[in-house]
Amino acid sequence: MKQGVIWVRPFYYLVVFTVATISLYPIVLMILSSFKKSVDIYKNPLGLPTSFSLDTYRTLLAKIPFTTYFLNSLFVSIVSVVLIVVVCSLASFYIARFKFSWNHALFFIFLLGMMIPIKLGIVPLFILMRDLGLMNSLWSLILMNTATGIPLSMLILTGFFKTMPYELEEAARIDGAGNLRVLWHVVLPLMRPALGTVVIINFIAAWNDFFFPLIFITEKMKRTIPVGMMSLFGEHSADWGSLFAGLTLASLPMILLFFIASKQFMEGLTAGAIK
Amino acid sequence: MMRESTASSVRKRRLWARWTIHLFPIPALIVYGMFVLYPIVAAMSYSFFEWKGMARGDFIGLQNFVTLFTTEPYGSMFWNAFKHNVLYFVVQMVVMNGLAFFLGFIIYQKIKGAAFFKAAFFLPRLLSVIVVGFLWKLILNPNFGTLNVILEKLGLETLQKAWLGDPGTALIAIILVNCWFGLGFGVLIFLAGFQGIPSELVEAAKLDGAKGFTLLCTIYLPLMVPSIMIMGILTFIQSFEAFELVYAMQGSMGEPYYSTDTLAVFFYRLAFGSSTASGATAIGLGSALATVLFLFILVCTTLFLRFANKKDVQM
Repeated sequence: MKQGVIWVRPFYYLVVFTVATISLYPIVLMILSSFKKSVDIYKNPLGLPTSFSLDTYRTLLAKIPFTTYFLNSLFVSIVSVVLIVVVCSLASFYIARFKFSWNHALFFIFLLGMMIPIKLGIVPLFILMRDLGLMNSLWSLILMNTATGIPLSMLILTGFFKTMPYELEEAARIDGAGNLRVLWHVVLPLMRPALGTVVIINFIAAWNDFFFPLIFITEKMKRTIPVGMMSLFGEHSADWGSLFAGLTLASLPMILLFFIASKQFMEGLTAGAIK
Repeated sequence: MMRESTASSVRKRRLWARWTIHLFPIPALIVYGMFVLYPIVAAMSYSFFEWKGMARGDFIGLQNFVTLFTTEPYGSMFWNAFKHNVLYFVVQMVVMNGLAFFLGFIIYQKIKGAAFFKAAFFLPRLLSVIVVGFLWKLILNPNFGTLNVILEKLGLETLQKAWLGDPGTALIAIILVNCWFGLGFGVLIFLAGFQGIPSELVEAAKLDGAKGFTLLCTIYLPLMVPSIMIMGILTFIQSFEAFELVYAMQGSMGEPYYSTDTLAVFFYRLAFGSSTASGATAIGLGSALATVLFLFILVCTTLFLRFANKKDVQM
């Protein structure tokens, strides 16, 4: 039993240190390089910045309307998350709390979405968005985020609803509360952990989405951050300093949020997979 | 009098509640139906028609499918991309999930700094795939990318390469970048799996004298089958959908020379690029490809789930 223990622990630490370095190194490199001048990046790609300069950020912000991209991303992400929370709360409340014969089928239909590669429906979606007049509208992205966020959110919320006791709800009903009131005042406040998970999962997905804005948004000022960054690469591919600054700016909001609530982030993103 | 009217109004409200409850799932159903279910069904129906640009022409049965598989360059492009998707899946299963399993096991052993390591492994998952692609494109750049510089510092100049420019290494480089991106997620899933194993089982096995490798094979591995299945299915779906990373790093042609092409990139070219000879049949062919890929993923995933359920029952 004791043999092996002597070398096993150090070996474990060696492995996790190595992998952690590989995981973090590119991100640290990206942030550090964004403070370097392009010349320094060529001459000394591995070294620390010799002097912290915000030049790259100034150049970048002069070249692209980053504030607009940022606000577009923020608007799309927040509205998508709110819509998902609203429609999925209503639907999962129905599926988990009321016993109708079609509930099971309904739940299955929603879950099916997790196996559907929605990218493959992009041609009909393109035509649909065009006919709805939503091309180059941020609402096309909001609707897509909401629709694609529904399956996993339904799974999480329905699972959580099922674990909750009925008694409180019954008490409210005897006092004459309607369905909406029960959901809003009694059930949802108890659901905060599950709602937090749903918010985080969908916020990450909406913030980082690239495929749908690539197809639906062609107007420069309507771009979200990922597509804005993509165009930056095409237009200014020689200016490495600006590129690193752009990548850093695109990632910073999520990284900062992660530092504030890393546990919730990690539990949130994996909650759907583990039941 | 007062009491009676309150009672009847309560009854009325109850009836109303019973009726309005059916409105609750409707908003979700509408959005989900319109933007997830409809497009998939429509894409399948599109595949049976002739297309002139964005305009639908005559019903032509399976002609698009026949063209897709038998007419060049589509046929060879399909199998070329399909092979790449298979490699995507296999490498991610072995390298990413294998490593994630081991890392999950190490963290499960309650090492110091577990929270830090978990966060470190997971952090890349928060970046947009586009950022991941560009970032690694810079790191792998043959002239100034830091990977080659690091290799030089380590005295491994012979290993220096134009990683993304060489058809021999480009695809594997992209797949490994994807492993970098998804590793932390796998670690968390496997860690949760390990933590879900009843400790009595492990203790009992240890008392019976099982240790090290035997313990892993006889106790941990069988009990981890559900987590392995989950990661397997998620990795499978994600591998056969792979688009963003290839597009960001190698463009819509899967450069160099289609050596990094995937089915989703090929599909994007068919649907939105002008890669077809005439440009006229693009949507029909694209829809046929979408249908094949969709059915493939659905059938494989369902079979996989069936198999997984059976396994569970046996245990």
